[in-house]
This record gives sequence, C-alpha cells and structure tokens, in this order.
Amino acid sequence: MAQRTPLYPQHVAAGAKMVDFHGWDMPLNYGSQIEEHHAVRQNVGMFDVSHMTIVDVTGPEAKAYLRRLLANDVAKLKEPGKALYSAMLNETGGVIDDLIAYFFNDESYRLVVNSATRDKDLQWLEKQAGEFDVAITERTEFAMLAVQGPKAQEKVRALMSAEQHAAVSALKPFVGLQLDDLFIATTGYTGEAGYELIIPAEKVAAVWDTLLAEGVQPCGLGARDTLRLEAGMNLYGQDMDETVSPLAANMGWSVALEPADRDFVGRSAIEAQKAAGTEKLVGLVMKEKGVLRAGLKVTVEGGEGVITSGTFSPTLGYSIAMARVPTPVGDTAQVEMRKKMVTVNVVKPSFVRHGKAVVSA
Amino acid sequence: MSNVPNELKYASTHEWLRDEGDGVYTVGITEHAQELLGDMVFVELPEVGDSVSAGDDVAVAESVKAASDIYAPIGGEIVAVNEELEDSPELVNNDAYGDGWLFKIKADDESEVASLLDAEGYAASIEED
Repeated sequence: MAQRTPLYPQHVAAGAKMVDFHGWDMPLNYGSQIEEHHAVRQNVGMFDVSHMTIVDVTGPEAKAYLRRLLANDVAKLKEPGKALYSAMLNETGGVIDDLIAYFFNDESYRLVVNSATRDKDLQWLEKQAGEFDVAITERTEFAMLAVQGPKAQEKVRALMSAEQHAAVSALKPFVGLQLDDLFIATTGYTGEAGYELIIPAEKVAAVWDTLLAEGVQPCGLGARDTLRLEAGMNLYGQDMDETVSPLAANMGWSVALEPADRDFVGRSAIEAQKAAGTEKLVGLVMKEKGVLRAGLKVTVEGGEGVITSGTFSPTLGYSIAMARVPTPVGDTAQVEMRKKMVTVNVVKPSFVRHGKAVVSA
Repeated sequence: MSNVPNELKYASTHEWLRDEGDGVYTVGITEHAQELLGDMVFVELPEVGDSVSAGDDVAVAESVKAASDIYAPIGGEIVAVNEELEDSPELVNNDAYGDGWLFKIKADDESEVASLLDAEGYAASIEED
C-alpha cells in the first residue's frame, strides 16, 4: 500500500489522477497537465511536495559536519534562513542526492532531500556523522507545499498577517523565514517566482483549501516535470545518479573547490575528474514534430551520448531535452527518433525563465 | 468508467469507427485511449488518397507521455483528415468522439466492419486492462 500525504483527500476532491511515485500515491494531474503548466507560467499553481524528506541537522558541530558532507560549502551562508543548493557525493564523486540546505545558525540547519532517495540518504547522513557532535532528525510531522508563479506573492497573503506578508514580499531569492508555525522560502522547481512552505501536517489541508479558494491551480507531477525541465533543473535519478559526476550534470557551479583545504566527501575524485575532463549535460531543442524522450541516443562531435530527460515544452510549443554527451559537442546533434534520424540544436540547458523563452533555437 | 458510445464500432487497439453512409467511416481514438495517453501534443495523420489495409499503422498520437501508433481498423482509401488537429491536438482529449476525429476512410470491403468489437465488447476489453 502506497503512502499518502496529508493532502490525499484534497487531491481526490480536486479530481486528481493518482499514480504511484516511488511508493507514494501522488497526483499526476487534475485533468490537463498542460493547463496546469500554463497556470504556473502565467498565473499561479500549487504542488503537494509533502513526500519530500525534511531533515534537521543540529548540534555544536553541525557546520563542520555539513562542510564535510556536502559538495557546496555551507560556510557561504551568513544570513539566517539563507538556502544553498548542493550535491551530496560518494567517495568516487558520484551524486548520492541533490538537496537544499537552509541555515539558521552554525548549530542548526535544515536539509530537504528527495523522497525516492530517503532511505539511502538517511543511512549516509548517519554514517558520515561518525565522530561529529550532531543530531540528525527527520521531521515527518511536516507537510510541504510549493506555491509557484507570478501571482504567488499576491496569493500567499491569505495565509498571514499584513506585517508578515510585507516581510515575505521583501525576501530575496533562495531564503526562508519562520512565521509562527509556517516556514516559507523563496525556493522552487519551476523557474518562476514563488514559495515552498513547510507546515505542520495537520494544518496543511486548511492552507490548501485557502489557496484553492484564492484561485490557485492544483498542479501534479506531470506539470512539475515539464516546468523543471523548461527551467533546466535536474531530476535526481534521471539527469544524474551515483554513477554520474556533478561536473557531467551541469552542477559544477555548486561544487565549492575553494577554500582548497575543505576536505568534503568526493573531493579528490572530483579534482581527478576535473583534470581528466568529463561528459557534459547540454540542452537540445527540436522544432519539428515529435518529442525527444529520455533514453534516446544522441550523437555529437565527440561521440555518442544519451537523452536524460525530454519532453514537449508547453511554453515553447516544441520539444526540449537534456542530454549527457561526450565533448567536443558542436552546435547540433543527431537523435535517433522513431524510424528516423533527426538533427537538433544544442543549447545551454535552460529554456524558460519567468514565463519567457531564454533559449535561442 | 470511460464513455463508450453504443452506436460505434471499436478495434481492440482503441480506435473507434463511425458509419457515415456510402461506405465511408470516420475513425478516432477512444476516450479510454486519450485518458491513458494524457495531453496530446502532436497528431500525425495519413495523406488523403492513401490506400491502407486493416491493421496498418497510419497515424501517430504523441502525448506528453508517449508516442502511440494508430492503426487502420479496416482497409480502404483515406478520403479526409482532421486538419484542425494540426493546431489543436487537444481536441482529441476534449472531444474524442466528436471534434477530435482523426480521418475518414472509404471501405474496400465493408464486411471487415463486422469483425470489429461492438461497444459492449470494447468496454469488456478495457475492463480487463
């Protein structure tokens, strides 16, 4: 029997088509995933992300522990609430998971990791804790809701006082704020402005109902995938995994090699990969009919690679994909489609931001 | 439970067939099929004048989820295609048995129609899925 989030009755009431997602019964769509996609780009939508795993890391050595655990450096975080995207690597430099770390103070951090990787992540966190004086606490009593789109700021007003709303409206990107029992952060997985909310599980249904009454469109996993792919954001297990270097997954920017004396897990492997060169994650666009799909073979100047994620882009009206390919890449690639070879354009893996095309194909 | 209109004939591969008279039949995909596929993004249709045999793959319905072949339920000549689908593939989702039709075929041998499923038979076949 699949696990259900506290919002399961809300999904059913909204007419969701429910599917199994790594052991969770989650909404795929509430009718049309393309309409849900457009709602987020043009207006505002909400996603139940309560299946994601929230882990608090606390204690005198919390900072030292995370500087060892994560490829990005939490020492960059100075302002309380500030968030950091990071890979968590194994010793061979493969990606165990990608996550967001929130900083409260040097002895208190919150990690949000993927649900599909929960068990191995928690085991790894415990194993790496070793001699560090830290406590690792999963927070299953919370639900998570993402409210995304140009009207997100206006719509969350209904959840808080005018004073609190002013504070939320002043937040810079990638920072969180605790308001009574609501934690609200300017993070997301869509390429639009918006928030991720962490709320006690017993209160999330009321929050959902309030937002629904405000006209916020419920959105399922289908729209979540097309939105994140347009935004050029990786999906763990698809665009990278334990066998893939972050350098081959467009995550090099999040690997902090400075300061040189910070010995994070996977550092020596990453340095060797960097010296030797790695494959590269690129964007592909195809303007003719058809849809690029994960698993299709891609040929570039340097040889053969593979599409890691592909979809029809509802915003652009044609197909886009991310592909991991050997270098050199060149401006075009050949993709083996159904019954034919197609030439597609190679671009940076970022296609749409804030409702607008950023790709020039 | 999906809508399976009584007056239509069906192929087990989820196409429906409507008798328009004079040996001409309109073909589309069923409500059940469009539900399985999800939002349609491209529909590739045959050419008017194409001669097809029963079971030939003559069109492709490509959704957000997958590309799916569409088979000719009977043999004959393609006499019309739904050009609206070029710009509005979502018609297949919104009105599978109406504005979302795919093509019309002039039967070579109308007795082939008798071998297709009736509504009850098709409803039973998707029940088993």
